[in-house]
Amino acid sequence: MDLIQQIEQELGKKHLPAVHVGDTVEVHYQIREGEKERIQLFVGTIISIKGRGIRRTATVRRIVQGEGVERVFPIHSPRVKDVVVTRRGDVRRAKLYYLRDRVGKKTRVKELLGEKVRRDRDAEKARRAAVAAEEAATPEEGAE
Amino acid sequence: MTLILGRKKGMTQLFAEDGTVTGVTVVEAGPCVVTQVRTDEVDGYHAEQLGFEDVRDRVTTKPLRGHAQKAGTAPKRFLREERLAAASGRSVGDTITAEIFQDGDLVDVTGTTKGRGFAGTIKRHGFSRGNETHGSMNVREPGAIGCSAYPSRTIKGKRMSGHYGAKRHTTKNLEVMRVDTERGLLFLKGAIPGPNGGFVQVRTARTGVKKG
Repeated sequence: MDLIQQIEQELGKKHLPAVHVGDTVEVHYQIREGEKERIQLFVGTIISIKGRGIRRTATVRRIVQGEGVERVFPIHSPRVKDVVVTRRGDVRRAKLYYLRDRVGKKTRVKELLGEKVRRDRDAEKARRAAVAAEEAATPEEGAE
Repeated sequence: MTLILGRKKGMTQLFAEDGTVTGVTVVEAGPCVVTQVRTDEVDGYHAEQLGFEDVRDRVTTKPLRGHAQKAGTAPKRFLREERLAAASGRSVGDTITAEIFQDGDLVDVTGTTKGRGFAGTIKRHGFSRGNETHGSMNVREPGAIGCSAYPSRTIKGKRMSGHYGAKRHTTKNLEVMRVDTERGLLFLKGAIPGPNGGFVQVRTARTGVKKG
């Protein structure tokens, strides 16, 4: 394997949440308020995924008080603690920039349903359970 | 002053604890072998010659094979000398690895920049471009290159089109972000000259002023 790819694999997160463009997600982002650290949730639709390896970022868009807000998360960043997919989106485009020009009901993305989605969801659940069990076994490493 | 020879492997990024991202260049540095030690008495100055990366006997010249044999190593692909103020105490045949640098050290990196062939003034000297529309015929032209009746010639050194790149260049005061002793890798903050896979010389920074 290419050395850079190998390094990025070692430095990056071992398990990335399976996110796709169009998904509605909750991004658990660690923020600093003075001295305290806390987790902030950013809920929105992924409209773009860019970059390879450790440089991968996801753009999440949501509507706050009638105003569109977008945030770009480097998904390998240690500040991004978790990304939970709450709803899969059925989209036919890699970038959903057209959502920026839409307001109201038209900003909705069709939900992706079906056997594959159920299987993916179960697999994700199983993976999370495995990680949780592992953390329970080694509490020092799990506690951050 | 310490020198190590290596190859540029490519760029990636590092995350700090607080999520700050730093762009870094990965350099495969060493192991290098001291192939010759120059001393004041013999050569008139102090220096060390390092060799990096073995090369098959068949592709080297006989003089180079003999030179490597004196150091007790295989012939090397990349040989460079480091001028020293005084004898360093290292002798011929010693090896130098990436461990000579530590996190936070400042280094200068010398390499050969990417060749860009015959380049215009925009790429080569950063000239500005003319209008593409409004009937403009001057898009990437350099514009006027001098005056008229006096002096009736173009001043020497006027910046014009020509060959650009493939030239020795030193990027100064780069911070060592990480040292991978196992694989002999240096992670340097920022970009360094040359293409991926190009030979570079990494040495302790001369001025040592940290870049903002």
